[in-house]
Amino acid sequence: MTTHDHSEQLIHRVREALASGTVLDIRGGDSKRFYGRTPVGESLSVAEHRGIVAYEPTELVVTARAGTPLAELEAALAEQNQMLPFEPPDFDGAATLGGAVSSGLSGPRRPWVGAARDLVLGLRLINGKAEHMRFGGQVMKNVAGYDVSRVVTGAMGTLGVVTELSVKVLPRPQASETRVLELDAQQAMEQVETWFRHGLPVTGAAHDGQRLHLRLEGASSAVNAGVEAAGGEPEEEAGAWWSGLRHQRLPWFQAGDTPLWRLSLPPLAPVLDLPGDTFTDWNGQLRWLRTDADAETIRRACEQLGGHATLFRGGDREGDVFHPQSPALVTLQRRLKNAFDPEGIFNPGRLLREF
Amino acid sequence: MHSVYRAEDVNFQVDAEALVQRLSAILPGEGLLVDDEAKRPYECDGLSAYRELPLLVALPETVEQVQAILKTCSEMHVPVVARGAGTSLSAGALPHPQGVLLSMARFNRIIDMDARRRVARVQPGVRNLAISEAAAPHGLYYAPDPSSQITCSIGGNVAENAGGVHCLKYGLTVHNVLAVTMVSMDGELLELGSEALDAPGYDLMAAVTGSEGMLGVLVEITVKLLPQPPCKEVLLAAFDDVQAAGNAVAGIIGAGIIPGGLEMMDNPAIRAAEDFVHAGYPVEAAAILICELDGHEREVLEQMDQVRTLLEGFGASRIQIAGDDAEKIRFWAGRKAAFPAVGRISPDYYCIDGTIPRKRLADVLTRMEELSKEYGLRIANVFHAGDGNLHPLILYDGNVDGEFQRTEELGGRILELCVEVGGTVTGEHGVGMEKINQMCVQFETPELDQFRALKAAFDPAGLLNPGKAIPTLNRCAEFGAMHVHKGQLPHPDIPRF
Repeated sequence: MTTHDHSEQLIHRVREALASGTVLDIRGGDSKRFYGRTPVGESLSVAEHRGIVAYEPTELVVTARAGTPLAELEAALAEQNQMLPFEPPDFDGAATLGGAVSSGLSGPRRPWVGAARDLVLGLRLINGKAEHMRFGGQVMKNVAGYDVSRVVTGAMGTLGVVTELSVKVLPRPQASETRVLELDAQQAMEQVETWFRHGLPVTGAAHDGQRLHLRLEGASSAVNAGVEAAGGEPEEEAGAWWSGLRHQRLPWFQAGDTPLWRLSLPPLAPVLDLPGDTFTDWNGQLRWLRTDADAETIRRACEQLGGHATLFRGGDREGDVFHPQSPALVTLQRRLKNAFDPEGIFNPGRLLREF
Repeated sequence: MHSVYRAEDVNFQVDAEALVQRLSAILPGEGLLVDDEAKRPYECDGLSAYRELPLLVALPETVEQVQAILKTCSEMHVPVVARGAGTSLSAGALPHPQGVLLSMARFNRIIDMDARRRVARVQPGVRNLAISEAAAPHGLYYAPDPSSQITCSIGGNVAENAGGVHCLKYGLTVHNVLAVTMVSMDGELLELGSEALDAPGYDLMAAVTGSEGMLGVLVEITVKLLPQPPCKEVLLAAFDDVQAAGNAVAGIIGAGIIPGGLEMMDNPAIRAAEDFVHAGYPVEAAAILICELDGHEREVLEQMDQVRTLLEGFGASRIQIAGDDAEKIRFWAGRKAAFPAVGRISPDYYCIDGTIPRKRLADVLTRMEELSKEYGLRIANVFHAGDGNLHPLILYDGNVDGEFQRTEELGGRILELCVEVGGTVTGEHGVGMEKINQMCVQFETPELDQFRALKAAFDPAGLLNPGKAIPTLNRCAEFGAMHVHKGQLPHPDIPRF
């Protein structure tokens, strides 16, 4: 594994940007350039600042520099039979740990095991005054000071340059089985919830429009019992299928240039009556919608159910890519942005058009 | 009386008469307490060594009243300390002498229990256990279970990011709360988070959870509920050696098993608990582990065998598996009653809340024993072993002159030891007023400045819970004059006194 401490250079670049009034476009592996509002500014690559800093398998924590490729990190964890529980998407294979946490995206296991923000324990951050700071730590429980690490998670790089992360890891499940069942999307949601309540070790529940794909993981005894209870047919190439869903490499995600929306909904929300194709993950709490429908229609439908909609890929990247928020919340978030980045030099406009 | 506010924390100019007049108009009848006698019950929280009478106590019943109180205090530049059930162990709800103590006790309704979607909407004054009790008929419960769960309120749990014995597997409050309605210091109502699994924009839920009442006042909370596990087994293992018990903890986790709870008690704690609740603990053991496994029946049985084999391998002198529900409850009863049990063997005790990397446990216990001898004060240890969260209980007598001061100093030394080995000064009890000096040890100046800037984004005038959680520059400079941090005095640029 390549390891290199590039933090001094990164701090220097931030100082220079401050002095010259330049705005910075923070980049990792460029796997998520399509995501968020259109990037602007001078490129600041974190990719060279990479490598695992500390890894103690029995502590269930890994600390790595932000530029560490996810693939490299996951290979090191796999050697110890562990994994990143939140299954961050890698998309084209170049994603870094820093980008995974900064985008805050999580894979199929999220409803049962937790999101990026749930598993981040600490980080180092260069703020908009070029100060290199450390928040949180490497221990599971830590309530000293505000939880800056989790606020920075999903902030799309707008609060500072993340340089190092400590993340909770988990043992890989002893056994994993995927069953495919002929159920409609609504029935599938109710059925998976019932199974979960009966103790089935569910770690994935996706609906491709026709069929439910149910992943059961844990001790082999429990997985076998779950397979008996759930029935259905075994998934061919289950590992590849879930990885295809996680990284959006399944054929469904590859077809066409129609805008792709990400709908985030409360549990057991009904199937939405919106034009386009839907692929459901997180047992219905995450719906991928490929549609040309207008943003207003999509967002109203989600809002009525207590959810929100993100224009994930394609469409107008200059508009409100993320669901618009109340003026009071935008004001508060602008003040929070100013608290970290008073000159507004980091990823301006990538998250919200207002700053 | 033990007040620990600094001069800069208490230099508000409050027109008390005008304030009473304006707040009386918002809170008719019994809603505003002015007399010392009426205010007395609010002078301290669970850390009763710290006491302070507030200027006023406000007991609102409606969200509109909370908004009006905060708006008024904002306009008049009056500090506000929000309080739930008052069980904080870090003096987080210690009143401000010039301010309003805002009790949320009357916000005690469960607004909605949505069993189908496993979501409950509750008011902040609802007790932690009351949520699980209301959810129980549906086969559901609320996972975070601090030892004070009979009394403590959910609003305080969010403010402190409370943990409990089951958070190793099921997470802290931050992992189990979905959304909140919060009143900002200027009286505005804000909806943060979502019943969906994420919300647009910055993760303000993460900022607010564990913020110790410094950012806003919660008036409604939406929590996630979990199905009660179909099967639960509890095992008790005794060790003749504390280090072996510590190694066994790492061994269980290292084998890929995440128990529902994994707790450790040392000999003084075992003896105190056994005397108190007769849980059947082996009183000669150097340490015991209590391990709870839950989930699918077959998985639990398989893991139980695995854990037993592991514990034997790590030298457990005795392993007992609870035979029935009554015995499971008894095994836990000793642990859950550890604090009051220690309270019976000592006139007073002082609870510490550091977290350390698990592998440093044996080392930390040895160093604590040395410190215990140095100060001549006994320490009993209860320990959320699975996630490295230590609760050393220092035994002292508050009636002996100077003993509390020595206890506090010893507590501070233990916390600094936690930081030294790569841990933190607080795992789940919060900084409050109690650990505020140690924050100067754990964080550098730019980090503390960043915290202050974050606070100012929510509360620009600094009126919410002033003097707590995040130390002022002056406090650190003064504390730093007595403490050397990583070989350097903090704030070398500041003139020394």
